[in-house]
Amino acid sequence: MRMLPVLSRLAWRYLWRNHRRTLVMLSAISIGAWAMIFMTALTRGMVDQMVSDGISVLPGHVQLHNPDYLDDPSITNRVNLTDAELESRFADAGFAAWASRVRVPAVITSERESRGVTLLGIDPVAERDFSFVDYAEVEGRFLESAADNGVVIGAKLADTLETEVGKRIVLMSQDPDNEIADRGFRVVGLFHADMETYEETYAFIGKEAAQKMLRIGNTTTEVVFFGDDYRNVEPTYEKVIAEVDDSVRVSRWTEVDTYLGTMLGVMDGFVLIWFVVIFLALSFGLVNTLVMAVFERVREIGLMLALGMKPASILGQIILESMMLLSVGLLIGDTLAWLTVKPLESGIDISVVAEGMEMFGASSMLYPKLYMGDVVLSNVVVLVLGFLASLSPAWRASRYEPVEAITKV
Amino acid sequence: MNIVLRLAWRNLWRHARRTWLTIGAMVFSNTLLVFMISFQFSMYGLMIDNTLQVFSGHMQVQAPGYKDDQKMRQVVPDVQSLANQLRGELGIETVAARGWSFGLASSEERSYGIGIYGVEPAFEVNVSNIPGLIKDGQYFESTDALEIVIGTMLARNLRVGVGDELTLLGSGLDGSFAAAVVTIVGIFDSGVKEIDRNIAEMPLGAFQEVFYMNGAGHQVVILAPTLDDAPAVHQQVAAALPEGLVVHDWDALQPGLKQAIQADISSAFFMYGILVILVAFSVLNTQLMSVLERTHEFGVVMALGMKPGRLGRLVMLETTMMGLIGFILGAAAGALLTYWFSVNGLSYPGMEEMAANFNLPGRVYPQVSWLRTAFGPAVVFLFTLLAAVYPAWRLRRLHPVEAMRTL
Repeated sequence: MRMLPVLSRLAWRYLWRNHRRTLVMLSAISIGAWAMIFMTALTRGMVDQMVSDGISVLPGHVQLHNPDYLDDPSITNRVNLTDAELESRFADAGFAAWASRVRVPAVITSERESRGVTLLGIDPVAERDFSFVDYAEVEGRFLESAADNGVVIGAKLADTLETEVGKRIVLMSQDPDNEIADRGFRVVGLFHADMETYEETYAFIGKEAAQKMLRIGNTTTEVVFFGDDYRNVEPTYEKVIAEVDDSVRVSRWTEVDTYLGTMLGVMDGFVLIWFVVIFLALSFGLVNTLVMAVFERVREIGLMLALGMKPASILGQIILESMMLLSVGLLIGDTLAWLTVKPLESGIDISVVAEGMEMFGASSMLYPKLYMGDVVLSNVVVLVLGFLASLSPAWRASRYEPVEAITKV
Repeated sequence: MNIVLRLAWRNLWRHARRTWLTIGAMVFSNTLLVFMISFQFSMYGLMIDNTLQVFSGHMQVQAPGYKDDQKMRQVVPDVQSLANQLRGELGIETVAARGWSFGLASSEERSYGIGIYGVEPAFEVNVSNIPGLIKDGQYFESTDALEIVIGTMLARNLRVGVGDELTLLGSGLDGSFAAAVVTIVGIFDSGVKEIDRNIAEMPLGAFQEVFYMNGAGHQVVILAPTLDDAPAVHQQVAAALPEGLVVHDWDALQPGLKQAIQADISSAFFMYGILVILVAFSVLNTQLMSVLERTHEFGVVMALGMKPGRLGRLVMLETTMMGLIGFILGAAAGALLTYWFSVNGLSYPGMEEMAANFNLPGRVYPQVSWLRTAFGPAVVFLFTLLAAVYPAWRLRRLHPVEAMRTL
């Protein structure tokens, strides 16, 4: 350890002895590090967006249903707790947000056309902060309270139905006894969403209006809960579980939307594989550089050994050289990544392939996200694997026989 | 053997380890490229086939505007005779007429809104894989019977089975109230949730009766013999069409499909590009070293009368040899790897859930092809040569005397 300052200085000087080779290798490492982080920022951004979009329409971080509802989303499979009971259990439990909803399949009919929709009976005040509908961007107005008598549908659906704000449509579904439950509503607002599917699929009415129309008293079909972070829903899950028995089913969002849940897991795997692949492509050049660096100074190494330097110090010196090369490359790469991602964080417009992105479940704006964790992981992968890759050339250098090495031409 | 050729070959093996490491970088990325590209394009092929074979076909004849709005009144008049005429003119049987309507299907216990296709049973089997996916009961035999086939999830949600009756409510072409009681004769399982939950088919004759279609329908689906034949068939169809109808290709009918592929290709090629660039740097480094360490030697041969241009060619030749070895080994390794997966199939945790979104199975068997095998390594080879240009070009400025002085 005493030797460390001297060895570092030696390693640093050796590095710049052949500056061309070092510069070429540095560029390769920088580009590699940049690509690792930049690509990861893009995919993270895409997946984050998909998940947060998905959660805002779909499950909430944790949701509560009748045990049969997910398999058979019918009005007969309601949550067996009334709104008052829910209120007394969850109001003070400390969720970031929670709300009960009525969600049933329904048919919407204008004088021209009819379509199938997912009818959402909501309390707009409770859902304000986590709805995918930006209330401010609604044409006309959004629902104002749970008792609101209007309906808000997507702009795309309104086109198809040839209806508009102020006109009437009929919503038709079934009540618990399979009698047709229908009611006329006035369209009070049209919402725009990032994804066209949302505009075609969802129709919002007030929760109380839905309960009256479907003749289900004060009951609902789902309760959604939000914690602080969608990646860690366990605390929220625990809190909900503590308040209910097994006559209801409590699920995390990853269980309800397996596509999104899997996506998140697969992405973590992808990121790591991407780092390793890039490193492997770099490793050939790295080892090559070290092999050459050792080869050029066999005589010097022999001399040092002959003068009494320990083989371990030679080993350390080569590894230090490799670590310095990698660190400088990483530093440049990280900076480049930061410089390229930051200006893009306000969003990249990829609407040329909007309908394709919808197939993935992503919207047409891409917001790259730089996660500290990913940056650290990429750097650690490079340094750890780089250390391992340097072992062999460094080991060879330290095993030279001094006399042979000195006499080598 | 040519003297320059022999010289280049020998120079290459002076530092065998360095050469193999450089070739190793090429083999590594070539193998990866061959495998990834084969896998990717096999997926795209499957995605296209699987998606188009469900309903879209390679092209459809529709009324203008129907594609975007799917309104009941945007009809193809006299749809069966048009389908008949196209079958005659194209000389293929893979042409089928359809109608489509939205309706509320009610069983004793449940009601759901669904999309209902009216189909020609005899021809629908040629253009769609749904008839082949009936797992309970059977497909239609007559074109006029009040019968229906539905998806498994719909059957489960409605709590019905083969032989039960459904009440359909909807609106007819003229906007009037349409209602019918139909018997379930078959239940299909496509494996795609959306379809199994939302789609039903009934014979076109009965469909036209129930929805007051007056002989009209909404689309004529055409499947060309292969995807590559589609453009030619498209032209024939366009020429044969009566006034007031249009024909749409699959990429217009399923714009998401093509764009999803494009988006995937661009992100994949970004990654491939990075790999190729890293290999190029590796080659640049090696060749730069090999030129620098031979400065003295080059000085000598130049003093003996060798032209700098010839020395440059020598370096390029060395690189070409190295590149070719990398090309052959990498392409072979990649093709073998792909071949192994084409026999054993490829799957990874989570693939099934993701693949279902794109009509893909949970296990994919990538296909080996010459083009997919050669493409990646060819690009790597090209960049390898480009990377050697700078070291080779440096030689032009070499002065024999100065060069001989360096050690």
